[in-house]
Amino acid sequence: MKKYDAIVIGAGHNGITNAAYLAKAGLSVLMVEKNPWIGGASVSRELHKGWMYSNCSYVCSLLRPEVYRSLNLARYGLQVVPYGGSVTMAQNGDILGSYVDEDVARREIARHSKRDSDAVVRYHRDIMRQCRFIRKFLLRTAPDPTSFRMRDIREMLFLGKEASKLGEEGLYEMMRFYTMNLKDFLDEYFESPLIKAAYAGSGIIGSALGVMSPGTAYVLLHHAMGEVDGNPGAWGFARGGMGAIAKAMNACFEEYGGQTVLGSGVKQIMVKNGAVTGVALDNGDEHYADVVVSNMTFPRTFLECMDAKDLEPSFLKKVRNFKIRGSSGKLNIALDGLPDFPALRGNTELIKGDMHLIDSIERLERAYDDWKDGMWSQDPYIDMLIPSLTDPTMAPPGKHFMSVFVQYVPPKVHGEEWTDAQRDQFGQTVINQINDYAPGFKDLILHAEVRTPRELENEVGLTEGNIFQGELTMDQLMFNRPIPGFAQYRGPAKGLYMCGSSNHPGGGVMAAPGANAAREILLDLRKPNTVPEGWVDD
Amino acid sequence: MKTNELKARDHFHHHVYPSPFHSRQAQANKQNVWSRWADYLSVPTYYDTSLEYFSARNSCGVFDLTPMVKHRVSGPDALAYLNRLVTRDVSKLKAGRVGYAVWCNDEGQVIDDGTIFHLSPGVYRVCSQEHQIDWFMTSALGFDVEIVDETHDVAGLAVQGPTSCAILKKMGLQGVENLTPFGMQSFAFEGTQLGVSRTGYTGDLGYELWIDPEHAEVLWDRLFEAGKFHGIRPLGSEALEMLRIEAGFILAGVDFLPAQHAVRPTHTRSPLELGLAWLVDFKKPVFTGRRALLAEQKRGSRYALVKLDIDGNKVAHDSYVYTRDKTFAGTITSAMWSPSAKASIALASLEAPHGKPGEELLVEIYYQRELKWNRVMAPCRVVESVFWDPPRKRLTPPADF
Amino acid sequence: MTSLNKLNHIVIIGAGHNGLVCAAYLAKAGKKVTVIEAASQVGGAAATREFAPGFRVSSCAHLLTMLDKDISRDLQLESHGLSMARKNLSTIALGQDGEHLVVSGDQVDGKVSSADQVAFKEYRRFMSRFAKVIGKLHNRIPPRFASGNRSDLIQLGKLALDIRLLGRDDMREFLRIAGINIYDVLQENFNSDLLKGALAMDGVLGAFSGPRSNNSVFTALHRLSGNTSDPAGSLSLPRGGMGAVSDALASAARKHGVQIRTSCPVARITMEGDRVVGVELANGEQVLADAVVSNADPKTTFLGLLGARNLEAGFAQKIKNTRAKGNAAKLHLALSGLPEFTGLRAEQLGERLVIAPDLHYIEKAFNHCKYGEYSARPALEIVFPSVSDASLAPAGHHVMSAIVQYAPHELKGGWAAGKSAFTDVVLDLLEQYAPDIRSKAVMAEMLTPLDIEREFRMTGGHWHHGELSLDQFLMLRPVPGAAQYATPVNGLYLCGAGSHPGGGVMGSAGRNAAKALLAR
Repeated sequence: MKKYDAIVIGAGHNGITNAAYLAKAGLSVLMVEKNPWIGGASVSRELHKGWMYSNCSYVCSLLRPEVYRSLNLARYGLQVVPYGGSVTMAQNGDILGSYVDEDVARREIARHSKRDSDAVVRYHRDIMRQCRFIRKFLLRTAPDPTSFRMRDIREMLFLGKEASKLGEEGLYEMMRFYTMNLKDFLDEYFESPLIKAAYAGSGIIGSALGVMSPGTAYVLLHHAMGEVDGNPGAWGFARGGMGAIAKAMNACFEEYGGQTVLGSGVKQIMVKNGAVTGVALDNGDEHYADVVVSNMTFPRTFLECMDAKDLEPSFLKKVRNFKIRGSSGKLNIALDGLPDFPALRGNTELIKGDMHLIDSIERLERAYDDWKDGMWSQDPYIDMLIPSLTDPTMAPPGKHFMSVFVQYVPPKVHGEEWTDAQRDQFGQTVINQINDYAPGFKDLILHAEVRTPRELENEVGLTEGNIFQGELTMDQLMFNRPIPGFAQYRGPAKGLYMCGSSNHPGGGVMAAPGANAAREILLDLRKPNTVPEGWVDD
Repeated sequence: MKTNELKARDHFHHHVYPSPFHSRQAQANKQNVWSRWADYLSVPTYYDTSLEYFSARNSCGVFDLTPMVKHRVSGPDALAYLNRLVTRDVSKLKAGRVGYAVWCNDEGQVIDDGTIFHLSPGVYRVCSQEHQIDWFMTSALGFDVEIVDETHDVAGLAVQGPTSCAILKKMGLQGVENLTPFGMQSFAFEGTQLGVSRTGYTGDLGYELWIDPEHAEVLWDRLFEAGKFHGIRPLGSEALEMLRIEAGFILAGVDFLPAQHAVRPTHTRSPLELGLAWLVDFKKPVFTGRRALLAEQKRGSRYALVKLDIDGNKVAHDSYVYTRDKTFAGTITSAMWSPSAKASIALASLEAPHGKPGEELLVEIYYQRELKWNRVMAPCRVVESVFWDPPRKRLTPPADF
Repeated sequence: MTSLNKLNHIVIIGAGHNGLVCAAYLAKAGKKVTVIEAASQVGGAAATREFAPGFRVSSCAHLLTMLDKDISRDLQLESHGLSMARKNLSTIALGQDGEHLVVSGDQVDGKVSSADQVAFKEYRRFMSRFAKVIGKLHNRIPPRFASGNRSDLIQLGKLALDIRLLGRDDMREFLRIAGINIYDVLQENFNSDLLKGALAMDGVLGAFSGPRSNNSVFTALHRLSGNTSDPAGSLSLPRGGMGAVSDALASAARKHGVQIRTSCPVARITMEGDRVVGVELANGEQVLADAVVSNADPKTTFLGLLGARNLEAGFAQKIKNTRAKGNAAKLHLALSGLPEFTGLRAEQLGERLVIAPDLHYIEKAFNHCKYGEYSARPALEIVFPSVSDASLAPAGHHVMSAIVQYAPHELKGGWAAGKSAFTDVVLDLLEQYAPDIRSKAVMAEMLTPLDIEREFRMTGGHWHHGELSLDQFLMLRPVPGAAQYATPVNGLYLCGAGSHPGGGVMGSAGRNAAKALLAR
């Protein structure tokens, strides 16, 4: 069989990004994907006739604009359309709307607390300060603090320089921010329980931590550091669902001559004399290359697709200890019509954005307690959206597609594998909760896809169903991601690389790990770099 | 629009609300162009900016300042509280007097500026550009004070210009001519109380009127009736902007970045850097920012906000400022052609050590004539006095014209 | 400004162990020092008191783990009467089935796999090494960032060097785990639930955290980080209870000329212009001083005694935001004899007993606390000090002292109503391990965080004067701007556990504060 310059395993958005940059540099690249479709968790599928589901990821903000531009994704058909507000609905029937208009937004908060409506200025300022710092590191490889190599020292100095720009107070604030819990952090700004709950929600999405666990304030950033057209923190829909992102990336990859094999997973990454030689597929085919890039999760790459004898036992132990606990579920629902939320009647904008059903920090934390007990939350936190209100391609006219993201859902139920019956019960828990806020909702359901961490793992290979390919806690960030000593996208065998969200800077449809890994590969191969630098924002 | 109405669940149906003077503004707004000021509709230009400007310099202009943020501060510790909040000594502000003030964070960086009205013994109103309730409440820890945002419960009109006193007298405000600058007094008016302060944002003779929003329209009508033969005219925000630059007043968000908004922490300014050292009273043992400002005083400031008198007739919008040997010295924050001074004038933020009075500098001005862009390096100098400062501003009682 | 070199008189508010250490060092350096204490005895939370006729107990802290060896030496505490009734206590993890584990040094005995025994040795090794990195910070004045000050840079460099000197593998492991939770670290290393439970206890004692809360590794490391002559984390019982430590410190301080006035509550710190000039006592007496050093917790110091209005607003807010809500209660039992614990020999009651059968048990106990409830099944650290020190109870009688977690400072429904029910919860739990304990209990005293707040005058009843966590450590403790013992208020200093390096009867905060003052 033909020998390629590089083989990329997994056609998730990071895999395609990586493959595209490699192909752009003139490499012959083969991408292999176990599913008969591309996209991984950035996918749109028509599971119910006439409806397009964003099955996994469902909104777009983190996608690095530098990647968007340098891969010409607009030319390949990608459109990201921002949506307006978001709303938090309380049990007492009141709401907290988040409006695009600054003054309307302020008045809305002022309905709940005058002081909070003003404190929100300070809150956004402080969050933006942290975002501005972290953004500089998204399209950079994290330095190894134990290394004395020139490049690592230079990058450490860069980190130090950027940190010192924060000033003395700023540095203290940053130290606190990274170590505090979300509840305490929000308590320093707000008094209204509803407002705190509304802000706290975005800090737990995908996280296996509760709002009262130290180190959770940071997760807020992961949902605030993105942008749409330079509007920081804005979120949008990819027209045609999240699969449109993967599709555009793939079109770019193909134009650079990339090839793809679909429908057969990797059985094994082949290693000879400490160097990779290629991959053996489930269908028996073998493909050869001196560079193999895995977009699979860190554990999946090494525990399932490699021969243990090719790896050090101490390395394997660290792989097993990698924290990648699933904490989220998802319902994709085809609706016969628009659900009626009495709390939102007449509010034509808010229903187009994220809708949350929560009104206190305590409810959020109790939802987490259920997860620790090995149960899905009985009163879960959900982030639901009706993309078909914005994107006409998602459902037939007058009908709607609803995406419901659910936190917390355990990877196993009381330590046992999920059963189909439990999955359906979980789905009912969520549907019942929505129905409480939108009477008659149940009757609108034409079809529902219920996804627990089990489905996420089986379908798109996210180990334990963790949507970020590994938890975003301090022990797994920057030079610790996925594990110390392997945070520069290079695996333990020569020619083996990792480009998935298990690597810095982590999950979300960001494309940064894929891009960063490509830069490192091209550096090792002494090929011209095709990966863009991060845009400077001063 | 009162606080309660803005609190209605369906407030979102309108991004912006009519001011209590709206019906009268609408009649006067010949251009029918509206802008926004916080929650309210505001008028940039009623008829013609230049004519409106001259009404305030020559006769009388009326500006709606209802959207201005207003806080009422009262309670046993009100004075002690304010004295810890702002940099100046509020104990010197007697009841019935008004004072300009700035307040800072612990780093000595300006959060906002505003005016403090000592309404009655121990009761104060603080007016500001930005919402302040978060900072004001934060600062209230340890004080027995009540702080209420009354922005929407008080309608305000600025009545500015040389005939303003005559008009108010004609409207029946007996003795208003005895108000000295920064004095204030309450008058019975149409069954309610009308607060009048001899204050303004134009640097000329002028008053500000404060009333219950329900009496806003009748106040407007009576005022314009009384001013019929005194050249009264509504004033839009664009004309006001000219007036305030001539008067050397600074504007939050334009001439300095309020500290609560500063994502980039070094982009803020201290009062010393804004030329407001006269508002900082180090004799007070404690006020927020004192330690940092004392240190700054010792170490020297980073910036100076100065007034520039620019040669030629080009306006220095958004310009860079250089020394005469063309090294970077700072940037313009506000600029205009001054119809009263007949000069191109500007406020500029210069980096230390620049900004000494009399310093000769250059301004890099880009301007276009019939779509052709030109660049000029205009000589300019730092001046100390404001560009418009007529004696009638201080005269009590004022003349009728 | 008065030059501090000419300091004539320094007043220290509070005769807790840190206040006494600070006083002794200042006096030793020739300063005139008066310590003013509200209670009738010295010691603060390092105190021994009679809670039932003839029964005495260490009323707050009940084990000595971290007392700084340099302080013991400098102040010659042994010659001032400090001696240990017992050293190097083992920890016995009580199993619900009567099968217990005994942990001593790096040994575990009992029903554990040999793999766990090996893993424990390694765990002890790296935890002690990492703790040492933290311990090296204890006797340093925390550096400031970006101050442009050379000594700050050197301090930061030293810390970086200490971490680097761990070697590549340990350094990576340190950077990985220092900020995370002990649950994950224990799961990575051990199989035995009972062992994991007992070890997790070190990560949550006195903290608002369960084993799954990030920061619990740091809490565990802090406990091992004392600068002592014994192996890291060794536990001792002072003869006469923890009050003996304070008595020895007071005696040493007096010897150096310190005047100690007890039963003298301070009403407020007095200011003249922008500087502190002394304190006013509750009886109205004015005590003038050139500097005032507060051993009280930061909230009491700044918001209570000084008053927020004498601070700049941002700083006052930071102090208000410090987290200092206690979640641990103390249970003291006066016993007619030693109770019988299933599966334990009588002499084993002289060790430290832990009821924390597994990680999930502690986590469940913690869940309640988050919502203002007490744990339905609490986790306990128990000692019977009278086994080693007969002076604490009448002949043949015994005392038990237990730290009970979790008990929130603010209990839903209030402690007035909840306290006796909670006492029953704890006694019911103890009965499961020692069926006769109730029958032998002559008297029970429960100190909730609210009681601890009142008795020891610490806001929130937090025995560390503030949560010991990464966001409140080193240059962040208690808050930036006051982390170098000097405060933004001229003439006012801090020396208590609310300052670096925090609580645990260590004395380092007191000594560092003295150093900071003398360096002025």
